[in-house]
Amino acid sequence: MKAANFAYHAPTTRQELFALLAELDDARMIAGGQSLVPMMNFRLAAPENLVDLNTVGGLDGIEVAGDRLVIGAMTRQRAAERSATVARVCPLLVETLGRVGVQQIRNRGTVGGSIAHFDPTAELPVAAVALDAEVVLESLRGARRMPVADFGSDYLTTEIEPDEVLTAVEVPLWPEGHGAAFDEVTRRGDSYAIVSVAALVLLDAAGRVARLSVAIGGLTHAPARLAVDAMVGAAPEGEALAALAETARALPADGDGLMAAEDKQHLAATLTERVVRRAGERARRSTGG
Amino acid sequence: MTLAERPAGVGISVPRLEDDALVRGKGRFLDDITLPGLLHAAFLRSPEAHGHIRSIDVAEAEALPGVHRVLRYEDLRPLLTMDRIPVAMPSGALKFDVDPFVLARDEVCHVGEPIALILAESRHVAEDAAELIMVDIDPLPAVVDPRDGLAPDAPQARLDCPDNLVARTSAAYGDIDAAFADAPVRFAERFHLHKGGGNSIEPRGVVARWDPMEERLTVWNSTQMPHRAKRLLVTTLGLTERQVRVVPPDVGGGFGPKFVFHPEELAIAAAAKLTGLPVKWAEDRYESFIATVQERDQFWSMEVAADADGRLRGLRGTLVHDHGAYTPYGVALPYNSATNLLGPYVLPAYALDISLCLTNKVPTTPTRGAGRPQGTFIMERILDLIAERLGLARDEVRRRNLIAAERLPFRTGLKTRDGGEMTYDSGDYAECQRRALAAADWNGFPERRAAARREGRFLGIGLANYVEGTGRGPFESASVTIGPSGEVVVTTGACGQGQGTVTMLAQLTGAALGIAPAKVRVIAGDTDASPLGLGAFASRQAVTAGSAVHLAAGKVRDKILAVASDWLEVAAEDLELIDGRVSLRGAPEVGRSIADIAAALSGSPGFSLPKGAEPGLSAAADFQPDAITYCNGTHVAEAEVDPFTGVVRLTRYVVVHDCGRLINPRMVDGQIIGGVVHGIGSALYEWMRYDATGQPLTCTYSDYLLATADVVPRVEVHHMESPTPLNPLGVKGAGESGTIAAPAVVASAVEDALRPLGVAIRDLPMTPDRLVRLARQARAAA
Amino acid sequence: MADTIEISLTVNGQPRTGVAEPRRNLADFLRHTLGLTGTHVGCEHGVCGACTVLVDGASVRSCLMLAVQARGRSVETVEGLAADGAPLHPLQAALSEHHGLQCGYCTPGVLMTLLELQRELSGRPVDEAEVRHALAGNLCRCTGYQGMVDAALAVLNAPAGGATPETR
Repeated sequence: MKAANFAYHAPTTRQELFALLAELDDARMIAGGQSLVPMMNFRLAAPENLVDLNTVGGLDGIEVAGDRLVIGAMTRQRAAERSATVARVCPLLVETLGRVGVQQIRNRGTVGGSIAHFDPTAELPVAAVALDAEVVLESLRGARRMPVADFGSDYLTTEIEPDEVLTAVEVPLWPEGHGAAFDEVTRRGDSYAIVSVAALVLLDAAGRVARLSVAIGGLTHAPARLAVDAMVGAAPEGEALAALAETARALPADGDGLMAAEDKQHLAATLTERVVRRAGERARRSTGG
Repeated sequence: MTLAERPAGVGISVPRLEDDALVRGKGRFLDDITLPGLLHAAFLRSPEAHGHIRSIDVAEAEALPGVHRVLRYEDLRPLLTMDRIPVAMPSGALKFDVDPFVLARDEVCHVGEPIALILAESRHVAEDAAELIMVDIDPLPAVVDPRDGLAPDAPQARLDCPDNLVARTSAAYGDIDAAFADAPVRFAERFHLHKGGGNSIEPRGVVARWDPMEERLTVWNSTQMPHRAKRLLVTTLGLTERQVRVVPPDVGGGFGPKFVFHPEELAIAAAAKLTGLPVKWAEDRYESFIATVQERDQFWSMEVAADADGRLRGLRGTLVHDHGAYTPYGVALPYNSATNLLGPYVLPAYALDISLCLTNKVPTTPTRGAGRPQGTFIMERILDLIAERLGLARDEVRRRNLIAAERLPFRTGLKTRDGGEMTYDSGDYAECQRRALAAADWNGFPERRAAARREGRFLGIGLANYVEGTGRGPFESASVTIGPSGEVVVTTGACGQGQGTVTMLAQLTGAALGIAPAKVRVIAGDTDASPLGLGAFASRQAVTAGSAVHLAAGKVRDKILAVASDWLEVAAEDLELIDGRVSLRGAPEVGRSIADIAAALSGSPGFSLPKGAEPGLSAAADFQPDAITYCNGTHVAEAEVDPFTGVVRLTRYVVVHDCGRLINPRMVDGQIIGGVVHGIGSALYEWMRYDATGQPLTCTYSDYLLATADVVPRVEVHHMESPTPLNPLGVKGAGESGTIAAPAVVASAVEDALRPLGVAIRDLPMTPDRLVRLARQARAAA
Repeated sequence: MADTIEISLTVNGQPRTGVAEPRRNLADFLRHTLGLTGTHVGCEHGVCGACTVLVDGASVRSCLMLAVQARGRSVETVEGLAADGAPLHPLQAALSEHHGLQCGYCTPGVLMTLLELQRELSGRPVDEAEVRHALAGNLCRCTGYQGMVDAALAVLNAPAGGATPETR
């Protein structure tokens, strides 16, 4: 389990980085390396060129810019998880990051890397879809933004071009007083999710749903966004919530050797009900209701 | 033997002598060894589950800079005395032995079978070269599910074997037909059990060096059985005993697989001899999944006959065992399952038909527990089923079937796998269960369950009893030697992989000789130090090596006392051994150092030894157990199960365990708790899966899940001590027993938690995937 | 062979330099280039935790970090916990005292995980669940974890002024 040889590139500026990617054939970028290096050790990935994002200045950092939270791609998951800013404006990310692997992985793994890798069982893309987050893709050709919801094209495949770098994740902020929750079913403690659900909810003064967003991971190659319009105006509990869970059950799902599609749909329904209820309770608490 | 006659050194939690180096990172494990000129090895392994090798072209690989040699079967065969490695254990039950080749000759029979060996300046380069070897393999149909493999039209798992049914054997006694005739309770059940690999965190590994001056081979081997490895190297390489030394460095866990001699161990030694250069192979985790022996699947189909009061009348059925592609361990694994099924219960009649099917997967051999958890699982599930059918409490149905203490020693009616009578030697099974239920507050559970239900949580409780045959022979040997320096040296063929074997032996020796255990040097498993040895298997080393060391140290003590008695002119009974001195009881100034006695017994040229003394302050002893000694225990567990997600959380775990006398109680607890957690892994997480073509699917620790600290409960261990009369220490084995009841007790608790849904647990492991499906099926059936 | 790179870093407070191919991971670099074999390798895909070391104070899988990525960084390994012949670090002593190790192969990784936890807590008391969660990334096949959990609780919750755990 030793990686194949590669040429190592350690650009220090964005311009150097973009130029390298434009010029090199068969290049892979390494961010935290927590998914890529195992694949290289198994020789499932053997790029000729490895371009290190860790040496590039200015790719990390967390800031609130207007109504958006901007997280530099190279921000370590652990740093985002412990960031007071993130905790204040986007508690969903804190809860979600707490479920990403174990601490030793989060210490090295990056926010951008997890989304760029786009593992169907990964937690962060699910929260990102629920949040309507966008990725910023940059190259010598310029910059573009793309919703994370549109980013995945197939299993472990995204819309990123070979010369592009995912430089940041931009998260539109929800109003103060919203409630959020994340949960997943794993086969053991911190291991990969089978199905995961992220939800954000804003309640009106009567405790009814004013705005709701739910994303479900693990059913197919990319997180699915749940149609939630029927919930608007209803309290996030009881029959309305049960009906929402049935909507989750109706989402398309790919079965695999361990779990049939209908059982994954069952988990999606179960978690949707629980996570939306929890998000609603949190919203009620934070609005003092 | 009574507890009052506790031998010296027994019952004390002496701090482990192994720890200081290990916590400092100063242990010396296999991959820590480096030698001048060392070559690094990698294997090219079969990508096919079954196939015929048409050609192997190594030219491009050998041309890669940094590559020293690429070896195939025909390159190594000239060094060997025979085509195959004679690893098979003597077993009358096998129809034919299927011994492995050092490297595949023409047929590959599982993914991971070694085909070529690359020697290079680094492991990295060796793996680069492996990618350049061109192997042309004609795929052949593979046998993956052993039930399919036994069908009349099944493909052959191996073309060099007559058929896939490598053994058909049975475990039977009593009048089974009479037991079933007009039995008031009769039912049938099927079970699919899985148990996984050893998964020592240090994989296997070998460093070999051939010394051309001495014509001698030294092999550092991360093994549980250095002496057997040596014997096989002597035999296959055509060397003499003097020419081979096998020595285990610090070994990072064993758990069974390191007891089996694998082809790589010979390949590396042969390569060192061939090239004249030292060679290292450190198995990586992927290799460990595809090339190291493991336990795997068993399919049981059982019929039960019982009386109306829940007493067992008879069990009969079939067991189909997935044996893998070779037969390195006879029928031991399924036979252990069959015999351990009996447990501490009276079973009047038994007839189990056992079929071992060759499959195109890694061979199966014992991992910790060695087939016994499966047998115990079957019996305990059956008892739960009887209880359910008769509306009896699960503890009561067991109580009615337990062997009463006054019936011990108890002849079960079965033979052990070496042909002896399977006789339980000592214990009190009913008292053990009683204590476990009390410790776990079994009677208070309904209240806890009701409280949990009010909060919407599903709680269940389970219990399971078991026995385990431990301390298997034929023998272990030991010597104790004190030189004029005063250093006490113990040698033995036994060897540890974390159990604390060194501490245990030093503790016994030190107690006999009045010397601090830390001052006793134990050389365990070095074939140069001990001509004979059998090593670590069958929870045996405290029983066998412990007894041998106890006997040898006692002889040395007697020698010391005899000489001192003569020198000091006092009776031996009036002497005591303290801190390296022998002195008059109550008058420590009247005495001599043991080193002085050792010096005297070492002799001076031309001078006579002390009167009547034999040369050397040294003694050797062998211990041959007359029979297997049976430890036993009861486990009680509580589980919270989420019926919607299938997630199981164990909330309480109590063990009452009886392994006779405890030599080092804290180390025994460590063995039990470690075993329980391994067993919890078998119950809930570990599952080595293959696709329909025999490709392994779970070769990472993200796919093959071991129990982690956050998902296991605190394990509460209580002891009973029923000394065995079968050895001078009164001890029984403890290394594996923790694993044995865990799958059964977790299944009992999970099923109990899901009783409102009517979910029946018959298969292992109980993953969320399975439990969600079972809950869905139960809903559909309701 | 690919080009090799000179890698200078600090290991356990000492400046060290070695030469390695860029593909050499930090675990192999520490073990086989610098000869610090206390860090163990158990899976080479970042799950078992035997190779856990601290890089700039944060626990990482050294099998998933390239040695070249450690240039200029400060790495701590098990060898740094107690000098040769010096008394054990309280975490080391407690692991032994509570039978938190058996074969010892996972132990260096466990120690580095607990060292990070000890520093993060900086005296705040900790409960069993939190310790177990922190240890979730260190596989142990021998102990069932209980001894190491007890060892951690004993050190991390030791009363100040008594056998105070070292917090560097």
